[in-house]
Amino acid sequence: MKQGVIPDQLTAPFWEAANDSKLVIQKCSKCDRFQHPPAQECGQCGSAGDLTWEEVSGKGRLYNYGVVHDCPIRLLQDDQPFNVAVVMLDEDPGIQMYSHLPGTPVDDVPVGADVEVVFEDTANGQKVPEWKVV
Amino acid sequence: MATEYAPSSMYRSSEGMGVWEHRGKVAAVGIGHSPTERRWDESPETSVGAWSIIALRQAIADAGVAPDQVDGLVIVPVTTTGAFWPDDKPLPREAIEAFVQTSDPLDGIAKLSHEWLLKNMPELTNIKYSVYAPVCMSNALNVAAQVIGDGLAHTVLVLKAWHNLEGRYYQGGANAQDAIDGTSAIRSLWGAPACYGTALQFAEYCRKYGKDHEMMTPFIINSRRNGLMFPEGYWAQHRPEELTPEDYQLARWIAKPANLFDNDIPIMCAAAYLFTTAERAKDMKQKPVYILNHVDSNAVPRGLTPTLDEVESECALTAKKIYEGAGITAADLSFENMYDGFTEFHQFHIEGLGYRGIGFGDALDFYQTDISIEGPNPVSPSGGNIGSGRSRFWMHTDSIQQIQGRAGGRQITGVDPEIGVSGGPMPLGGNYTVWSATPD
Repeated sequence: MKQGVIPDQLTAPFWEAANDSKLVIQKCSKCDRFQHPPAQECGQCGSAGDLTWEEVSGKGRLYNYGVVHDCPIRLLQDDQPFNVAVVMLDEDPGIQMYSHLPGTPVDDVPVGADVEVVFEDTANGQKVPEWKVV
Repeated sequence: MATEYAPSSMYRSSEGMGVWEHRGKVAAVGIGHSPTERRWDESPETSVGAWSIIALRQAIADAGVAPDQVDGLVIVPVTTTGAFWPDDKPLPREAIEAFVQTSDPLDGIAKLSHEWLLKNMPELTNIKYSVYAPVCMSNALNVAAQVIGDGLAHTVLVLKAWHNLEGRYYQGGANAQDAIDGTSAIRSLWGAPACYGTALQFAEYCRKYGKDHEMMTPFIINSRRNGLMFPEGYWAQHRPEELTPEDYQLARWIAKPANLFDNDIPIMCAAAYLFTTAERAKDMKQKPVYILNHVDSNAVPRGLTPTLDEVESECALTAKKIYEGAGITAADLSFENMYDGFTEFHQFHIEGLGYRGIGFGDALDFYQTDISIEGPNPVSPSGGNIGSGRSRFWMHTDSIQQIQGRAGGRQITGVDPEIGVSGGPMPLGGNYTVWSATPD
């Protein structure tokens, strides 16, 4: 089970959307550029006032993965070993999301495969984006 | 006045800066090391402060200067290997009270300030310029070289120390909690250990170039071998065990494809160097090792973790800056001591350098050739962090010692050690120094 999440000011829109089963990504309207992880300023132009949140399709591609055998997080240690994959979004392959790839066998990950977002509960009920191979 | 961090203007971060304006005018002349230990036993004699003093005094003695000749101090105030003193644990009073204290009781225990050092090293009576460097010795060396080159001080001590407390690496704090804040969660909720990002890059590298984890074996064996000939290092001092190919290949995974031996072991240790002007170095006890250039890499990945493309691009850029500022080419390198603490990015560093003519995708084949200190293509003669534990400074000590001809059992014999490069840590974010037997 993943640790619970306590949304903070910077990331609240991301987590609130997840609870509504939506995936939103921070975007600089001035640069027309997504960024993730969220930040207080645009990583490209430095603007703080032009950052918005935009819903994306939740479709992507499996870019890469590793298999975690020695996890530093207590709540996940009973689940070892497990996949931790990197997904790149269709809207912008520069945007990466981590995933445990629910339903995909450990170390049998189809790199390059299409994936789509699902939403899972964490330890405190906050939902989190996860990804399943299509 | 409180000591501040070195300003960004001290770093050589951009391509196109030309040959370093102080090329060959700064030299390393002294080295000092504390003992090593796996974890702190909470005695005053082995505290991070005590060991810093040992390292600094050794560097002064090694250089053969009087303490009052030292007029500059560059240190890294952060000493943690990943553990901080727990809020609910009683302070180690015996260790704290064994030294002259500052207002912070953990100063000299789990961090280190200039103020603490000067209070506890009364012989340093002439410090006129002091500055902090972040994170690593590699960074502090860049700062110290620039401090001397710019004339801010003429005889500078550079220090990095590490404390390692009881308990498993990164297992406490937020990682032990039932819930974490939203900003941290976006990166850490999936439980990836520290080596995960590098393991990912290595996995992509293997897919792209048709390599595999087993091909890392000669590098790992070579690193441990060199480390066991590093008397200042952890493995040589405490666990003089040679590593076999089977040891490596059958080791447990941490984040596959990175296993136990692809990770460096966190330890307690401290090292110090004494830098001075090339002019003053002529008359000192040790053979001067001249600094031809120093370089900063500070690339930021677009996403959560650097891609292989980003890594290769930055390593190539770093190499261009290294060569441009030093006024050398890859062919001038006698040896390389690039960072290895995770093993699986050492190849990115040396491929970026074009060391011995290799390009991206070539290093693991190169590892199958003679990369020993006796051969023509020495790789990581220090043994790095893999050979001696996590300090991020063995490669600098070794580079200086190789050129001075006092690397002992590790002395390179297959080539003349005239010019070497050392630095790190990460491919996207590190600091590098070019060392030379001559100032020209």
